[in-house]
Amino acid sequence: MSCLDKHHILEIEDLSVSFTQYEKGLRQIELPVISKLHVSVHSGEIVAVVGSSGSGKSLLAHAVLGLLPNNANVRGRIFFNEELLDPEKIKNLRGKEISLVPQSVNYLDPLMKVGPQVRQGHKDQKTIQRQKKLFRHYDLDETTEGLFPFELSGGMARRVLLSSAMMEAPQLIIADEPTPGLHLEMAKKAMEHFRAFADAGNGVLLITHDIELALEVADRIAVFYAGTTVEEAKVDDFDCEETLRHPYTKALWRALPQNGFQALPGNQPYVKDMPQGCPFGPRCEHFTEECRGEIPVKIVRCGTVRCIHGEPGEASHHHHGERGEA
Amino acid sequence: MELPIYASAKKVKINQRKKTICIFCFACLFLVVLTVAGTMLKDLAMTTDFTQRNLAPSLEHPFGTDWMGRDMLARTVSGLSMSILIGLLAASVSAVIAAILGTMAATLGKKVDAAITWVIDLMMGVPHIVLLVLISFALGKGFWGVTIGVAVTHWPSLARVIRGEVMQMREAPYVKVAGKLGQGNLTIAVRHILPHVFPQFLVGLILLFPHAILHEAAVTFLGFGLSPEQPAVGIILSESMSYLSSGMWWLAVFPGLALILTVALFDMAGGSLRKLIDPFSAHN
Amino acid sequence: MEPKYLLGFVGKSVIKAVTLIIGVSIIAFILISASPLDPVQMNVGTTAYINMSPEKKAQLEEYWGVDTPPLERYLNWAEDFIHGDMGMSLKYNRPVAEIIGQKFLNSLALMAVAWVLSGIIGFILGIVAGANRGRWPDKLIKGYALTLASTPTFWLALVILMVFSVWLGWFPFGMTVPIGVNAADVTIFDHLQHLILPAITLSVVGVANIALHTREKMIDIMESDYFLYAMARGEKKWTIIRRHGLRNIMLPALTLQFASISEIFGGSVLVEQVFSYPGLGQAAVTAGLGGDVSLLLGITVVTACFVFAGNLIANILYGVVDPRIRRGQGIG
Repeated sequence: MSCLDKHHILEIEDLSVSFTQYEKGLRQIELPVISKLHVSVHSGEIVAVVGSSGSGKSLLAHAVLGLLPNNANVRGRIFFNEELLDPEKIKNLRGKEISLVPQSVNYLDPLMKVGPQVRQGHKDQKTIQRQKKLFRHYDLDETTEGLFPFELSGGMARRVLLSSAMMEAPQLIIADEPTPGLHLEMAKKAMEHFRAFADAGNGVLLITHDIELALEVADRIAVFYAGTTVEEAKVDDFDCEETLRHPYTKALWRALPQNGFQALPGNQPYVKDMPQGCPFGPRCEHFTEECRGEIPVKIVRCGTVRCIHGEPGEASHHHHGERGEA
Repeated sequence: MELPIYASAKKVKINQRKKTICIFCFACLFLVVLTVAGTMLKDLAMTTDFTQRNLAPSLEHPFGTDWMGRDMLARTVSGLSMSILIGLLAASVSAVIAAILGTMAATLGKKVDAAITWVIDLMMGVPHIVLLVLISFALGKGFWGVTIGVAVTHWPSLARVIRGEVMQMREAPYVKVAGKLGQGNLTIAVRHILPHVFPQFLVGLILLFPHAILHEAAVTFLGFGLSPEQPAVGIILSESMSYLSSGMWWLAVFPGLALILTVALFDMAGGSLRKLIDPFSAHN
Repeated sequence: MEPKYLLGFVGKSVIKAVTLIIGVSIIAFILISASPLDPVQMNVGTTAYINMSPEKKAQLEEYWGVDTPPLERYLNWAEDFIHGDMGMSLKYNRPVAEIIGQKFLNSLALMAVAWVLSGIIGFILGIVAGANRGRWPDKLIKGYALTLASTPTFWLALVILMVFSVWLGWFPFGMTVPIGVNAADVTIFDHLQHLILPAITLSVVGVANIALHTREKMIDIMESDYFLYAMARGEKKWTIIRRHGLRNIMLPALTLQFASISEIFGGSVLVEQVFSYPGLGQAAVTAGLGGDVSLLLGITVVTACFVFAGNLIANILYGVVDPRIRRGQGIG
């Protein structure tokens, strides 16, 4: 498949995350929040993972960075620059090759001034110069350095967080809902910095609930439903319903204002009563008995889909063979 | 193909739930046995036997005997049962005060809230011991002085918790919805707020016992609590002071350890009950 | 704008502290009035009372006596108190103010040592426990703190006294002045020798509280968004704790330590009793047991002032140190 053969910066295969938790009365349960998720980011791309609020998308970012709390179970394959990662490698990559841009200013130490915080405590001239340069680049006033996080406006906070992500010249930025509460036009403007970053040959994994924003700024979209990505599609595929692959994506498409605004009835299943097989099954018009079984990922027209119906595709193969398996 | 594992939750070896229930039951059972045994041993605790004076711990007298030949084990158990009874009584009264004042503060408006908060700050400002000394001074020493003293000094922290809980519940969306749906205040209180606050109250009550017991012992130790005829732990330890220099360590060590065990058991009972009610603390 | 805000904040705290102290004095006065002792005698001291002329007695009767309404009696007492006259001590036959002044210094030395030691050790233990949550250092420290929370202070004092004074003989047993030594010859060294065991006892007990609270705070911080983000930026755990943790825990810990003066004082009453340490706590017990009302009342109010001063410092500290309060909320 030539269309997927660009250089992979990030590739995630079969990623599952669950939490071991106690319920009232101290019954121990296993809570699956992400199951068999696939997503990839190529160089020069912004890939948006789109899912409704509270569906556990943020956990994806935390899983990739190895930041989940210690009652979490994570298994799957994560490749960075086509190399299979292990927890130790993830530790060495985060903050250097992979940067996180968090949602809000709450991710900064409330009692430390912004400047030293962006510099991560380094006091050498090189670091200071780089920070000053980044602040200038993102239109941040010289005085911003001396402010505490709570003194930043929303826009300033976003640019400060972006500056800290850029301090180490990363190859991949994972942006977790970086434009909360912004109108589409404002959000698009805020995303220009990410576009410029991607255009320089890097990758951005944008995690958002805002499909309209994703359609405007991303190159490809991974549709997140009930803990997994049901489809990966190019933004162009969203031009009409027929080019989309999964019934849920099609339903999302129909719910867009310009396409009729028809909301899909029902809710995403709660993690505790996830259906067997396809998670979308209970709400799907094409539901058949086979949907209760294992649903493999197949490649259809340069995108991936997790559905046994529709166009035939070829089975997803592992791009990196057995190389990283040692 | 085996998938690489990036993180796995630490496996809990024993079933937490069973373990917690076991701890709770064991603690409760032990305390009941202790109380009953203490009441039955009261006479033995008072029996003097001058042929058996100042004996170090042995199989016959595991805790040794004192200068009047009284068996220290019997005295300790009997004293502990006394402490537990006073603790139960005082802590229950204290918890009721806490529930009433906490609820009042949360429901009767800003002025009442400010007044009760002020009283709470006041009570927390004076060291318990000083207040207990004052109260026993006013009421006279003895059982009632110390019980009332402990009862009226230990409610503030629980009152704060209950005030917070009730306030939080009043703001909870479903309680507000219930109000909009026309349910009366009493119905809301009984149906929605009480079931949520009661478990917290119960845990708070159990966790008050250890404090109550420790303070009873302390006040008695200082000479303001129970009278010397009663085999209270505070009395035993206070009397042991005179014999420390003559090397009769068992007079102080064993009764003290037994007191710690009792207090720790109450703490464990309260802690495990809280775990069962509030699973979030179970990860600790 | 900022100084004005700060002034208002401090002013409010001070006014609240003053009302609380007045509240304490009223409650203490009511409790003491409930006792059956003769209020005239208890305010003047026995010896002075016996040697007093009948006119003077009558005058005092009017001032303090049972026939005077309680409110007036309280106001009389409060007026004298503000002027530094706390009455005469029945037991010591000296002005209460003088006794309190002297005993307070002794207690202050004891409590200051315990306060600093327990604060520092507890803080360190709390951080170590919190940072290693669930592992053996945490279990060890938590176990230690929880066991101490169940341990009666006076029993621990007894055990320490028994081990170090009776068995090992490292420290004197009881009394400040060694037998046969003139009180004037007591050296600083003697004082220190008597201070060590009570101070250690009080510190060992005090550590539990601050360690458990710091541990909780540490766990909160390790679960905070900014800790997560610092991890995401590749910082190592202990670097984050050093750079962000300490800064964020220090303030609550210091506040707690200032607010814990009440407990330290409560502990010192018991510890002083066991070690025969001539401090305020021992005086309070003597006064309570001997019906020395003026002294008891004086000690209660002075203690309350001391405790509320600690709480006040804790409050103000928050206002001065925390930039969110110091600089006001937000700039635009």
